[in-house]
Amino acid sequence: MNAIYLVQFGTIDEEIISPLEVCLWQVFGFDVKRLNPLPDPAFALDQKSGQWNSSLILKDLVRRVPDDAIRLLGITERDLFIPMLSFVFGHAQLNGPAAVISLARLRQEFYRLPPNAPVFHHRIMKEAVHELGHTFGLVHCHDPLCAMSLSNIIQHVDKKNGELCSNCSILFEEFTNHRRRNNGMEMQR
Amino acid sequence: MKKLWNIMVVDDEEVMRESLAAWLREDGYSVDTAESGNDAIVKTNKREYAIYFIDLKMPGGHDGIETMMEIRKIHSDASIIIVTAYATVDTAITAMKEGAQEYIVKPCNPEEISLLVNRIIKIKNLQRENSILRKKLTKQYSFCDIISKNPKMMEIFGLIKEVASLRSTVMIQGESGTGKELIARAIHFSGDRAGKPFIGVSCAALTESLLESELFGHEKGSFTGATGQKKGKFEIAEGGTIFLDEIGDISPKLQLNLLRILQERNFYRVGGMEQIDIDVRVIAATNRNLEDAVREGKFRDDLFYRLNVINIHLPALRDRKEDIPLLVHNFIEHIGPELGREVNDISEGALKILLNHNWPGNVRELENAVERAIVTCKTKVLTEEDFIFLNNHGREKIEWSIPSELTLEEIENQAITATLHRTHGNIKEASTILGVDRSTLYDRIKKYNLPRN
Repeated sequence: MNAIYLVQFGTIDEEIISPLEVCLWQVFGFDVKRLNPLPDPAFALDQKSGQWNSSLILKDLVRRVPDDAIRLLGITERDLFIPMLSFVFGHAQLNGPAAVISLARLRQEFYRLPPNAPVFHHRIMKEAVHELGHTFGLVHCHDPLCAMSLSNIIQHVDKKNGELCSNCSILFEEFTNHRRRNNGMEMQR
Repeated sequence: MKKLWNIMVVDDEEVMRESLAAWLREDGYSVDTAESGNDAIVKTNKREYAIYFIDLKMPGGHDGIETMMEIRKIHSDASIIIVTAYATVDTAITAMKEGAQEYIVKPCNPEEISLLVNRIIKIKNLQRENSILRKKLTKQYSFCDIISKNPKMMEIFGLIKEVASLRSTVMIQGESGTGKELIARAIHFSGDRAGKPFIGVSCAALTESLLESELFGHEKGSFTGATGQKKGKFEIAEGGTIFLDEIGDISPKLQLNLLRILQERNFYRVGGMEQIDIDVRVIAATNRNLEDAVREGKFRDDLFYRLNVINIHLPALRDRKEDIPLLVHNFIEHIGPELGREVNDISEGALKILLNHNWPGNVRELENAVERAIVTCKTKVLTEEDFIFLNNHGREKIEWSIPSELTLEEIENQAITATLHRTHGNIKEASTILGVDRSTLYDRIKKYNLPRN
C-alpha cells in the first residue's frame, strides 16, 4: 500500500497527467501509478443543472481503489457539484480512500479568458494536492499560500502555491508515521 | 478555534445533509447530521451546536421553522440558517421573523456558505471572548465578595486593607442594601481576626431586654424564663469581631452598656456578678444619620465618638451606576446555577432599564430584581420584558386616576412629596422627573413646608 493511483474519466491530455504524477510524488513521497481510463461518468450527470454529481463519482471511485493503493484520485473534464453547492473544484472523502478533481473551472476559457497552459497546469496540481490532502485527514488551512487553504473562487486557487505549509506538512508526516507504526504492528502479528 | 464549535445539518435528503456535512468537515468543523426535526431536537438535548443548517421542507413531524423554534427553546443563542430549494419572499420573511439568522437557497455558492459560517463563528468567538474578559474584569473589581470599580468604593477597599488588623472600632454608614455587612465581613476576614468568630447582631430586630440578653448573655433566674446561663454575643465573639447592625436603633440604656464595654473592655451578664473581660472588635453600622441623632440628643455623643473611630460611608447604588453591569453579570453567573436556570447574559435594552432605575433598595434590590428576572426569563438572555416589574418601567402600564376629593394644590403637594421620597431628597433628580426647574421645586417645597426626604 504505497502508491497514489490516478484515474482519468474519458480522455485527459498526457501533458496534464505526466507532470501531475511528478508533482504528487514530490509533495507526498508515494509512488504514483495509473489505472486504465474510465468512460465519461454519465451516471453522475444531473440533467437539471447540466453538471456532474461528485458524490456519485466518489462512490464509484471508492469501489475501484486497488489493493496496493494508498489513495485514488479521479480526474475529469466535467463540471462538478455536490447537491448542496452550486459547484466544486474537487471533492474528497476526509480520511477516506478517494478524491476527484474537475478540470472544467481550472481553465482560463471558463472565465472567458484566452487559454494559458502554465496557469492551467499549476491549478490542476494545487487542486490535486488539496483534495488528496483531505484524504490524508488534512482540513482547510488558514495560511492562504498553503495548498490546503480553502478555495471557493479561482482567485483563491491562484493565490496558493501548491505545497503544504509547515504545519500541514507536520500533520501529514504524523499521518504517515502513524500508518507506518500500524503497518509495523500488522507485520508483527 | 473551529473545533470548539459544533454544527448540525438537518435535512431529510441524505445526499443533501451528507454533502454539506462533508464539506463543512473539510473546513475543520465538527459536524453532526439529523434526518428530521425530531432527530435534531433529540440530538440538541444531548449536545450544544453553534450553528444549525435546517431544511425548510421536511415531511412528517416538524418542518424547518417548527424545528428551529423548538431548538431555540433549548439553545436560544444557537445560530440557525434555513435552507430551501424554493425561495419565496414569504417563507424568507417567516423564517427571519421566527429567529433564523440567515436564509439560503440550495444549491448555494460555496463562497456564500464559507462567508456565512465564518461570520457567525467570528461573532461567537467574540461573544466567548467577551464572556471570558467579563469574568476576568469581575475578578479584578472584586474584593472579598464586594464588586465595584467605583473610585469611592476602591478607596474603601484600600481603607479596609489598612484597618483590617487594627482593633479600632469601625462605623459603617450607608443606605439599606448598600452592603454594610459585606464590608464588615471584609474587614474581619482581611485581618488578624479572620480565624476567630464573626458575630452579627441586628439591633433593630429585638426589644431592649432581649437585645441586652442577646449581647451580654444572662445568668440563670435573672429574669422570667431565664432557665439557664446563656453566653452573650460578645462572649461568643471572643477574639473576633461583633457586627452591630442598625446601631442607631438601640435604647439609651443599651447605649450606656455598650459605651462601658468599649471603654473598659469588660462587662457583666444580665443578672451576673462576675466581670467578664473580652477582646472583641466592634464594627457598627447604621442607615441613619447618627450625627443628626446626636444633635437631637437621641444618641449619646460619647458612644458615637467611640464607635466612629474609623468611618466608612458606603455610596448608594445610584451614585455608583458604573457598577451595575458588573454586579448584574456577577449575579447572573451565581444566581442562574443556584436556581438551576440556564441564563448567561443580559440584553443592552434590559441593562439600560437597570441603569435608569433609581434603586432605593440599592444592591440588595438589584440582586432581587435580577433573581426575579432569572426565574421568569424564558431564554438564556435577560431582556427588557424580564424587568417589566420595576417601578419606573411597569408604571406606564398602570392606569392612574386623579383622586376626586383633592384640590390641585393637594395633588401637587402629594406628587412632590412622593417624588422627593423616591429620589431620597435629590432635588436635581426630582425636578427632572417632575419636569420643573430646581428653583420652582424649591419654591413648592417651601410653600408646602415639605421635608426634603
